[in-house]
Amino acid sequence: MLQQAFNGLVGGAFYALLALGLAVIFGMLGVVNLAHGAFYMLGAFGAFIALDSFGLNFWLSLVLVPPLLGLAGIVLERLFIRRLTPLDPLYNFLFTFGLALILQDLVKREYGVNSQPYTRPSELDGTVDLGLFTYPTYQVFVLVVSALVCVAVWLVLTRTRVGMIVRAATERPELTRALGVDVGRWVTPVFGFGIALAAFAGVLAAPMRAVNPLMGADLIITVFAVVVIGGLGSVFGAVVAGFAVGVVSALGNLYVPALSQTLVFILMAVVLLWRPAGLFGREETFR
Amino acid sequence: MRIVGWTGGLAATALLLAGCAGGPGGGGGKISDGKVVLAVLNDQSGVYADTSGRSSVEAVKMAVADFQAKYGDKAAAKKIEVKAADHQNKPEIANSKAQQLYDRQKADVILDVPTSSAAFAVATIAKNKKKVFIDVGAASTELEGKQCNKYTFHYGYNSYMLAHGTGTEVTKAGAKSWYIVYPDYAFGQDMQKTFTAAVQAAGGSVVKSDPTPFPNDNFSTFLLKAPGLKPKPQVLGTMQAGGDLVNLVKQYNEYKLRGKGVGLAVGLLVLSDIHSLGPDALAGTRYTDMWYWNLDAKSRAWADKFQAKTGKRPTSNMAGNYSAALQYLEAVQRGGTDKSDDVVKQLEGYKFEDAFARNATIRPQDHLLLHDAYLAQVKPAGEVKEPWDYVRVLKTIPAAEAFQAAPDAACKL
Repeated sequence: MLQQAFNGLVGGAFYALLALGLAVIFGMLGVVNLAHGAFYMLGAFGAFIALDSFGLNFWLSLVLVPPLLGLAGIVLERLFIRRLTPLDPLYNFLFTFGLALILQDLVKREYGVNSQPYTRPSELDGTVDLGLFTYPTYQVFVLVVSALVCVAVWLVLTRTRVGMIVRAATERPELTRALGVDVGRWVTPVFGFGIALAAFAGVLAAPMRAVNPLMGADLIITVFAVVVIGGLGSVFGAVVAGFAVGVVSALGNLYVPALSQTLVFILMAVVLLWRPAGLFGREETFR
Repeated sequence: MRIVGWTGGLAATALLLAGCAGGPGGGGGKISDGKVVLAVLNDQSGVYADTSGRSSVEAVKMAVADFQAKYGDKAAAKKIEVKAADHQNKPEIANSKAQQLYDRQKADVILDVPTSSAAFAVATIAKNKKKVFIDVGAASTELEGKQCNKYTFHYGYNSYMLAHGTGTEVTKAGAKSWYIVYPDYAFGQDMQKTFTAAVQAAGGSVVKSDPTPFPNDNFSTFLLKAPGLKPKPQVLGTMQAGGDLVNLVKQYNEYKLRGKGVGLAVGLLVLSDIHSLGPDALAGTRYTDMWYWNLDAKSRAWADKFQAKTGKRPTSNMAGNYSAALQYLEAVQRGGTDKSDDVVKQLEGYKFEDAFARNATIRPQDHLLLHDAYLAQVKPAGEVKEPWDYVRVLKTIPAAEAFQAAPDAACKL
């Protein structure tokens, strides 16, 4: 039971990383990034290509792939998303959705639908004794690293000037602008950062999950539920909900396997009935 | 109807034949529209695109070339065309594409059609239009049961073959207690039922069966729980396929379940899956297949030709499509016509051998192809001597045992 809950936390780590990126992007740009799953997939493929074509190991991929894709995100924001933001939100909705399909199909064209081989780094091959039970080292690593990243993002947001501007712009964009802060300057880097987080999750996933063009599309639906549960645009909520949903689905699999697929959405419905803006969302955000 | 560049007499004959096609009797017409059209309808862009897809179209073209080389001027069908369409694994798309293929593209036979629900849709059209349909890609035994009809054939494998091969043989080899995980949709549920029956019939027991979400990328709950079940299962039977299977196997190795005494048996394993996981991830895993490219000299010779054309080794599904196309053409040759009723008559009860099927018979009562199946085991990477040669064949399961012993009573042709 305890082991299963721990196991849920590991699964939740991926939700948290992805939801975190979605939340900052939504908060800052007001864009629901439907291409987020595709960037997660590109992160995993980035790791695979780095190893397969350039001989770069997992550690180098972990450091190199996210910034590279983050850069791609920045270009994307500059070229397209920026132009669509002043229009109806539906335009960006359709744009990112279309982009996800295009990215998926490009990868499919190049590598086919089969999963690509990627093994975990040998340093993380063993198991760790956690006192109550032993656990695969790689999974412990994933959990620790994701938790660290979440904490680091949290610290940046709460303790630095940049973070303050981002938070202010997220919660009260007009007011922040009225106070003379140049919100626009931060929009592009935040978008790039959100994309880099998705890519980071993708690299982490490569050794333990099937690396194929559809891996992001399958996952992202749950991540949207996570963001909604946490409260749209709430960074803290996204992380908490990410880990919570991980644990809930692990326990759901254990006790009611037949229901496990719907459990996350039942949870979402319950949370929304109780708190229409999500666990940590503020209703004002929607006005 | 457009007639371009045909001499008058020939054009008149063609018109006459076109008018007769499908009509009762047919008045001695030989080949409808003056040509035989083989159509491959399968998944060309989705999850099964690499197990069959366009490569199966290539395999069918190879069958046509082999047939023409064999008969030359004596071929009953002078002109043979191969068409292809993508059904995206969706029954409604399969339905409309099948109608188009039979009506507008003048297809005489539709081949492949993976995904059982799509196969049922095509079988219904084949029945209504009285056109031949040879299914290679779908697993459901209902194709030769409730859903069977006079014009539909099930060719290659089915869930009975997969479950009884692996379930029976692995249990007999000593793994008496099983933990089965299956994706929660038609194929998974069907496999879970047939597997359980096979394991029990062989003297084993199923400790527990769990449905898993589909698609799913995280199987850790099930894997963690496996060694703790009472009694402890000796083998984990997974009915997952494609990307889900890859996820499950990666995580199975992560939790080192083999080291904890829980072996692995896979319901449906395809050569391309082993290629993506790397043989070490699956080393020792046993499964049943309908064919293997390096089975013997005959299979290998064909696989070499296939590789020269496509750059990769064929999956059993691709070989199955080759054989189905070839046997269809042979039936046309024997009967001297591509009229559906005559082709069906030629196929029913036919006994043959080719690069794919051994000791093969098409059972007249339910149109199921009976042929030898193989229990295979994945080799450790150290024993893989050449690219793609991942598997050792442990045992040939004779045609009579590999498939249902008696036709399903629900099948009325």
